[in-house]
This record gives sequence, C-alpha cells and structure tokens, in this order.
Amino acid sequence: MSRLSIVTPSQGEKVMQTLYREMENRIAASPPDVCPVDMALAFLRLCHAQTCGKCVPCRIGLGQLTILIEKILDGEATSKDLELIETTATVIEATADCAIGYEAARMVLQGLRGFKEDYESHINTGRCLSQHQLPVPCVAMCPADIDIPGYIALVEAKRYDDAMALIRNDNPFPTVCGYVCEHPCEAHCRRGMIDDAINICGIKRFAADNSTLNQAPAPAAATGKKIGIVGGGPCGLTAAYYLTLMGHSVTVYDQRPALGGMLRYGIPRYRLPQEQLDADINYILSAGVQVKLNTSIGKDLEFAAVEQDYDALYIAIGAHNDKKLGIEGEDSIGVLSAVQMLRDLGEGHPVDLSNKRVCIIGGGNVAMDASRTALRLGAASVTCVYRRRINDMTALEEEVGEAIAEGCQILPLQAPSRIEHNATGHVTALWTKPQIIGEYGSGDRPKPYNAQGPEFRLECDVIIVSIGQSIDARPFEQVLPIEHGTINALNNTFIPNSTKVFAGGDAVTGPATVIRAVAAGKVAAANIDSYLGFHHIITTDIEIPAPHLTNSPACGRVNLRNHFDKDQICSFALAKDGMSQEEVIQETARCLRCDHFGYGIFKGGRKQQW
Amino acid sequence: MVNLTINDTPVSVPAGTTIIAAAQAIGINIPSLCYLKDLNEISACRVCSVEVEGEAKLVPSCSNVVREGMKIHTNSPRARQARKINVELILSQHDCRCAICSRSGNCKLQKISNDLGIKGTLYADMQPKAPIITDWTTTFPLFRNPRKCLKCMRCVQVCEKVQSLGVWDVSGTGSRTTIDVSHNRVIKQADCVLCGQCITHCPVEALRERDDTDGVFAALAAKQKVTVIQVAPAVRTALGATLQTGETPVSPETIVAALKQIGFDYVFDTSFAADLTIMEESTELLQRLNAGELQEFPMFTSCCPAWVRFMKSQYPQYVKYLSSSKSPQQMFGAVTKTWFAQSIGVNPADIYSVSVMPCLAKKAECALPTMARNGVADVDASITTREIIRMIRSENILPQDLTAVPFDSPLGTATGAGVIFGATGGVMEAALRSAYYFVTGQAPKDELFQAVRGEKAWKEATYSLGQATVRCAVVSGLANARKLMEALIAKEVQYDFVEVMSCPGGCVGGGGQPISLQDEELATKRSETLYALDKKDALRNSYDNPVIQELYGQFLEKPGSEAAEHLLHTDHEGWSMPLAVKLQKKK
Repeated sequence: MSRLSIVTPSQGEKVMQTLYREMENRIAASPPDVCPVDMALAFLRLCHAQTCGKCVPCRIGLGQLTILIEKILDGEATSKDLELIETTATVIEATADCAIGYEAARMVLQGLRGFKEDYESHINTGRCLSQHQLPVPCVAMCPADIDIPGYIALVEAKRYDDAMALIRNDNPFPTVCGYVCEHPCEAHCRRGMIDDAINICGIKRFAADNSTLNQAPAPAAATGKKIGIVGGGPCGLTAAYYLTLMGHSVTVYDQRPALGGMLRYGIPRYRLPQEQLDADINYILSAGVQVKLNTSIGKDLEFAAVEQDYDALYIAIGAHNDKKLGIEGEDSIGVLSAVQMLRDLGEGHPVDLSNKRVCIIGGGNVAMDASRTALRLGAASVTCVYRRRINDMTALEEEVGEAIAEGCQILPLQAPSRIEHNATGHVTALWTKPQIIGEYGSGDRPKPYNAQGPEFRLECDVIIVSIGQSIDARPFEQVLPIEHGTINALNNTFIPNSTKVFAGGDAVTGPATVIRAVAAGKVAAANIDSYLGFHHIITTDIEIPAPHLTNSPACGRVNLRNHFDKDQICSFALAKDGMSQEEVIQETARCLRCDHFGYGIFKGGRKQQW
Repeated sequence: MVNLTINDTPVSVPAGTTIIAAAQAIGINIPSLCYLKDLNEISACRVCSVEVEGEAKLVPSCSNVVREGMKIHTNSPRARQARKINVELILSQHDCRCAICSRSGNCKLQKISNDLGIKGTLYADMQPKAPIITDWTTTFPLFRNPRKCLKCMRCVQVCEKVQSLGVWDVSGTGSRTTIDVSHNRVIKQADCVLCGQCITHCPVEALRERDDTDGVFAALAAKQKVTVIQVAPAVRTALGATLQTGETPVSPETIVAALKQIGFDYVFDTSFAADLTIMEESTELLQRLNAGELQEFPMFTSCCPAWVRFMKSQYPQYVKYLSSSKSPQQMFGAVTKTWFAQSIGVNPADIYSVSVMPCLAKKAECALPTMARNGVADVDASITTREIIRMIRSENILPQDLTAVPFDSPLGTATGAGVIFGATGGVMEAALRSAYYFVTGQAPKDELFQAVRGEKAWKEATYSLGQATVRCAVVSGLANARKLMEALIAKEVQYDFVEVMSCPGGCVGGGGQPISLQDEELATKRSETLYALDKKDALRNSYDNPVIQELYGQFLEKPGSEAAEHLLHTDHEGWSMPLAVKLQKKK
C-alpha cells in the first residue's frame, strides 16, 4: 500500500472555505448599529465551534461563557454573572492551550471593557442600548448624508441631471467626489453580503460626466445678512453655496489666485482634471456667491476688520502646512514637501524633476499623489520609503496599487535617519534605518522598531516629504482658540466664547477628506442659518424611481480601469477611465435599494431636506 | 392607469397603487398582519407576499406598487406555503392561549391562523423570557404584553405619525428585538398621553387597557355602596358590533337596560355633564374674550384629558391657555358626590361612581389628586367601552332580549349639544350654540355652526357673537394639534377658541372603543349616530337642559360663580406629567 498520498480537499471542505470567505464579507458588511453584546455572543459561539475539544477551558469554559452572556441578553442576569464572566474569561485566557481558546476569551474580555455600558444596561434595565438608527448603510456612512440609493436609481433611469441635483442637495461637489472621494459609503454596503460593495463612487462619476446641469437653483428671498467665509476649499465653498441658497449674502476670501483649496492645489490633475473641478465651482458660484481671491486674512486684511463686516464668519482654512521630519540634513537643497510640490504644480509652475532620482517619504494618500506626480514630472526613478509594511499604509489600497503599477517603487520597513548632501548642499542620498514590524500598541497598526542591520543608503537627487499636514494658524492665534495645531470648534462648528465665529473642515479636524470637508460646510451652513435666527430648509422634490422588486443574483463589481502606458504617465491626462454605459447599467442594477428593502422602508424614509 | 392581472383577472388601477390595494379593488383579499393602509406599509410580517411572474423571489404586496403588465398570483403553491410558514413562525413567538385573551374572536393573528387551517406546528416555542414581562407596571392604565407582540410596528407608526409622540419604538437589535417605550424609558417616565390609539391599531392583545372591572364588580357586590354609572356619548355609537347585534348601534336606552340588569343603582348620561361643561366653558370663553386675554393665544378646550396631558408634556408654557373647566367625566363626578349625594341623602364616600368612556386617559384623569374632595375621588373607576362590553357579556346579557329603559333622573337628562361632544367639532359647536345665546339672548338657528363638523383634520370657522368675532379652529389627532400649536407659536394663524380632541375623529374614534378586525377607521360612521341623536333631540342647546337650570338654581347660582369655580373647574398645574424627551434635554 502507498505510504503517502496527495491530500485534496473534499467537496465539504471546499464549500466550507467558500462559506468562510462569505462570512468574512458578511461581517465586513455588518450594519453599523447592532447590539455589541449579541454580536459578542455570536462570535463566541463561532469560536466555540472551532474548539478541538482537548482542553477544559476552551471546550467547557467557552460554553459556560455563552450561557452567561445569553442570560444577560435574556434579562435574567445580575452583576454577579458579569463578574463570573470576567473571572472565567480571565482563567480561560491564562490556561487555554492554544489561540482558539485564549483568543476567544481575550475577545470576550475586550468586549467587557469596550462596551461595558451595554452589558450593564442589559443587566440593570433588561434593555438594549442599541437600536437601528441607520437603516441605509451607505447613507449612514456618508458624512454628508447623501441619498445614495436615490441617485443610483436615477442613474439607472438615465436621469443624470436629476441625479446630480439630488446629490447637490447635500453635497455641492458631486463631480469632484465622483473622481476623488474616499467613498466611506462603500465600506458597509449590504451588497457585500452577496458579492461585493457597489461601486458608488464610479456611478457618481458617470452621473457627473453625463450631466449638463450648470445653473444652481434660485436662492431664497434675501435675508439682508452678510456672511464672510475664510477659505475657498471644499468646506468653505459648501457652506457658501448653501448659505447663499438660504438667501444670505456670502463672500468667500481665499489667499490663492483660484478657488478650490486642496482640490486645486493638492490633488494632481491626472486624478481630478481642472475642468471637472471648475464645473462644480462654477455651479456653486452660479448661486451668487461673491469671491475675493488673492486675499489672505491676517496679511492683506486684519481679522478684526473682516469680523466686523459680517453677521457671521466661517473659518475653513484647511491644513496647508507641511510637517517636518526633524532629521539631520532636512534643509539640504532638493528636500521639499509634498504639499509644496503639489501646490506649485497647481499654480502652474511645477518643479522640474526630469531625470532626477526621487525619494518620497510617507505612506498616505498624499505620498502616493506625490509619487505619481514625480513620475509625470519626468523623474528617472521614484522610491517611496515607508517605515511600516505596505499593507499598513494609510493610503487607499487602490492608490498604492496604481502607484506601483505606474512604476513607483515602495521601500517598506525603512525609517529615514538622515539626509546626505554634497559640498554645494544638494541632496545626494537618504539614509534609512531598517525596521522590524513589532507589537500592536494602542492603535490598530503594529509598531515598527529599529532592526539590528546596518543603515541603508538610498542614492537620490530629490526628497519629497509627505508625513502629514497642519494648519497655518498664525493669523488666528491671537483671536481664536488653537489647540494641538487645530482650531478648537464644537461639533456644531461654533467656536465657544466667540460672538459669531464658526470653524470647520481640516482646520478643525486636521487633514481629512473632501467629503468630510463638505459635511462640515453643510453643518456650518445649517447652524449659521439658525444662529442668524432663520430656519431655511434645503430640499429637493426629485422623485426617485421605484426599486426593482427582487434583487439580481450575485454579480461581480465593476471597477474602473487605469491606463499604465508610458505616454499617459508622462502627461497629466486623466489616469482612470469612467464606466461605460453598459457597465453602469449593470452596476446600478446591483444596488439592493436599502431605502426600500429591510429596515429602510420602516425607518429609513428619504431625508429630502435638512 | 396601470394594467395587470391578478389571479388571471385583469385589473386597471392608478399608478402608485400597491399590489394589495389593487387586489382589493377586484375583491381579492390578500391576507396580511402588519399592513395598515398609508400608515404601515413596511412588509414586516411577510404574510402578504405574492408570486409575480418573472421575479425570482416572492414580493410583499403591501410595500410594492403595481407595474404595467404584471402577472400576479396570490395563491400559487409557493405563496401559499410562504404565508403559512410565516404565520407559523409568528405563532411560535406568540402566547397562543386564546381562551384567556380579550382579543379572542377579534384577533387578526387568530383569524389568519384559523383561516389558513393551521392545526399544529413543527416549530419550537420561542416566547420572550419571563423577566422582561414582569417589568411592565400593572398600575399604568396602558398594559403591554411582549408575549403577544408581533413586532408589526403599527403602534410605533400610529404614535409617531398620527399622534406625533413617538412613545413606542423598536428596542434592541437581533433576535431579541422588540417594541418598548422609546429612548429606553419606562412607560411612567414617558410622555404617553394615554390616547390608546396604539391599542386600537394593535392586531393582537399585545396592548390593552388596564382592566378595572374587578373593582366595579366588587362595588356592585358591596351592600353599603350606592353605584352610579355615567355613559359617555361616544360609547353608544360603538356597542353594536361587539354585542353581536351587527353594525346597528345599540340604542342608549338598551345600554341603560343592560347596566340596570348588571345591578347599577343609577345609570346616568355623561352628556348631562357635557351640557354643564358647555355652560362653564362658554361663560369662561366670553369672559376671557372680553377681558382681552385671548389676543396672543386662544383658549383651548380641556375636555380631552389626553390633550391636556399632551399640552402639559409638549407645550408646558401654554397650559394656562387651557380652559379651566373640568372634563364632563369629572364635572359629573363632582356633581354626583355633592348635589346628587345630598339629594338622595347618602354620604359621598358611600357612592361608587363609575364612568364608561371610549378612552384610557380618563382612567388617569379620575385618579388625579386634583379630582377628589376630602380624600374621596369624584370618579372611582373609569372603564372603557371594551370593558363594559366584557361586563355585559360576562353577565350573559343579550341586548335583543332587553326592554329599553330611559336614563335615570336627574343626571340622565341631556341635550343634543351634550351628545355631539363625542365627535370632533362637537364641543366647539355645543359651546358656540350656548355662547351665541348668552351674547344675543336668542337661540341659534339649527345647524348654524355645522362648518365645524366633519372628518377634516383641521377645520376653521369665524362667527360673530354680537359685537365680538370669534375665530375658531378644530383639530383632532395630536399630530394635527402639534401642527396647529406650531402655527400659533409662529404666529402663522390666530384664533380665539380652539377645540382639540386627541383621537382622530374625536372620542368616537377613541382608544377605548371596540377594535375593528378589518382595520376600519370607524370614527366618521360613529359620529353620524351622534349627529342623528342630536337632530332628533327636542332640546339641542345646553342652556335649555332643565336639570342644568335646576342645578344652578339650587346649588351653583350661575355659570362661573364661586361655587361653580370651586366644584367644576380645576388647576391643570396641580399635578405633574413627564416632559417630552426634547424638553427634558433642554432642562
């Protein structure tokens, strides 16, 4: 008989593998507001099913924990039971032989600490603190509350102008977001339970590319109130747009020669072409927003003087300052910041990188933009140096992938230690310390630390630093509360102890995303309106097509394609193609219409106004 | 119009019609549990799912609208199986002991289960665990039983959409999801006004009134007690159906006969006290009007205790604009335990005073500290129409066997004005009839004020009473009342006199009334009975009521006198009510 045989998975094992994968997707698409205790119990049951049955703590202990948690959920437990759960889990964690047991117990303990009040509420009142408040996952995850199923249905019905008008009810940057939004809406898309999240961002881009709408609706009757907005980026312009529609007289100040802020001076054009940006800005201006360009508050105009001129003032100055590395040689010629490089490009005088060996430091989206821009500016080579692993990068996975595909090299696990320069002060090399990825700290990414190996020398001519941005608070330091480099404003954008000053966007939160800036602008508009004694409603009467009756079977997600040919990379032409008509029809039909099905039809409704 | 076929029968309906409504239009009734037209079309129970040709899955018919060319089958094998299994699943979480359920015979779940011929089930019993149940208070006039609840969400919807209160909400997530008081409050902390609309819209007995009939039977059995019962106008419109005399209303005199047979010593008519309310309220209106007190804000009627609770919890700063007149129930109680007690020579403490009301809020009202004298409550028990029906049935009384008997004297004498109190606009009309007489000295022409009648949610009318012009408004349903309050506060409207009844259509649609198994809204139909009674009444104006005249002559002097003030008016600030969540947060 044969001594060995080749192991092939049985039919059952294959199906289990599929189910594991599907369950993973399902957990990722979990509704954002379910009872954590109930979920903890479900996870625990799963862990218990994985036990081999050899060891007591895992085989019996996990079972006892499920009974105790079940008792809590049934409203039959006392605080003694909670103590027993903690003691038992602590012992399981300490005595289980393998990770199946001790990790299960650790997760229980983590939950006990993390959502203690939920456990206590079940015990003390028999009531659950959780409730489905967010029945439509994409809308729930969108900071600007856009009616996403609504506009997907409109695109499906080929009503692109209506789709854009519907989006603009909550976000006046639909084109920009169609191109560069980070699409948090897709994270919990329920379609993920079937196959994959809907390509919401791509659908929005299709609507933008096919809409001809260019005139904002007429504003409400003039209120006679004057509002000043400092900063013409997405946050300031969003506030300006809605406040203008509400009938207020709005003036936007921006220090640069054109509006757009980071959209114009931070995002390279191969991702967001200028004409697309201008389309949104011109639409906003068509509402009647007044603009003062090339005007820096604190430099060209005194803050106090501006404040005096308006009934309310909104500060949305963004975060345009770069953070420094703080290493030897940082002031060498050839070291520049990503912010500076992208701004110069936006202003039309890009730095010349032809035939230069370029080194980018950082792992965020801006670092990816800088890397790909460097290629387009003629760099001979681009190496992105990052101190953690590639999958720890904060940049979106697709951005990293595109940078690599275009020819950027990623050098992970290297921490910059010093910059070497020649006699004339020009950069000659970046020295880095090799890193080992280490333990998890308080965050959800493991911490790197210095490895034992020798320093690494990376020859280069230019170093672009992209390790974060801060706000330029200098003009406001005397007049506004600044803490940890950001303006200290409340969640309603009001600045405490000020009389009429509001602030929002990157300047308050630190560098974030376009959609967060838009959301802050929207919040500011609503609250400034109320502060001035009004209650204007921003509303839409666009009728949304009825949903299909039953949903389509599992079907792949349409992803957008990048060009990777050298000619394209060397120009700033758009790097990514939009969906075809054929693709958008298929993609929109995948939408599960959570506004109509499930809890949406009960509590979701349709927020047609704010 | 959209053309489709249902069970091979062609039908043409306007676009936007739901499948269930389209089927109904051609006499095909698709069974359903949670569906309530326009109010709850959320397809939670899935019982109404039907087969649509070309669709992979079954389609719930209450939440989806018809499309051109649709071919629908309501009784395909797949639809039939799905319906039956979903009902069985609901039954597995339901306390199915129908014999001890007040909704037996009037329960949508029981009916559908019987109709489907479900005789047993393979599913395990999954009723909610005990401790969750015992937490519900037994002293609040409203009682909820989670072991009956279908999670149909009707109570959530009616409280939110019709009454704008949102007392109920979905509680928790996952398999233990249930309905409970919103914001994790307990019912006694909530701004529940006790309108009872959640009960009359509940398909089963998950919600019911606190049953107070045991106390009433005990009083009937106690030798030293003189039992007095008053019957509210709306009650007489709603007894027919449940007393198995068909939809024909049982005449007030038949009800008197039934109550006499149960053993009540005196059977009186709340309409008498409604006449008395009118005397006081219209006098108060004219006083406030002449004193210029109503320039900013109108005077509101106060006969609906749910509305008083609403005002106190939602608009506490406007409570002072409520008429200080007690509700008819309480005026009746006060007169019973004073004037009437004296006239029959009985110690007030020996009188057991019962009211039959279409209402749960009256149960709370009669227990208020402000509604008693010398520690003796003016009304000892307030029972709903449903409870009196249960009492009549438990005594084996068949209305068709009874000989009609008139209400007892003296508090059984009422005018048509008192009778129409049970319908929206009725209090306003009755008050205007008397105010007109007080100002002009002349009786108003018949039906002079009928503009305030009818089921329209918000009615307006302006009348001249001598020199004065009175701008009136009438609303029923608390969402409408809230709209009116907001409009008044925003100064978009101005009135002098406003009538509010909490239940849509007024007391005839009250939360204590019999419940329609067919989910019919019966207020309009029932109010026709009241207007018919008014029309045939010889006396149609409260001031014509001879007993009222006698009462003032012998005991209270005149409307608004100090004695009347003491006996018939109340301080709405004399008790407290939990504030709306929004207001609590402000504090």
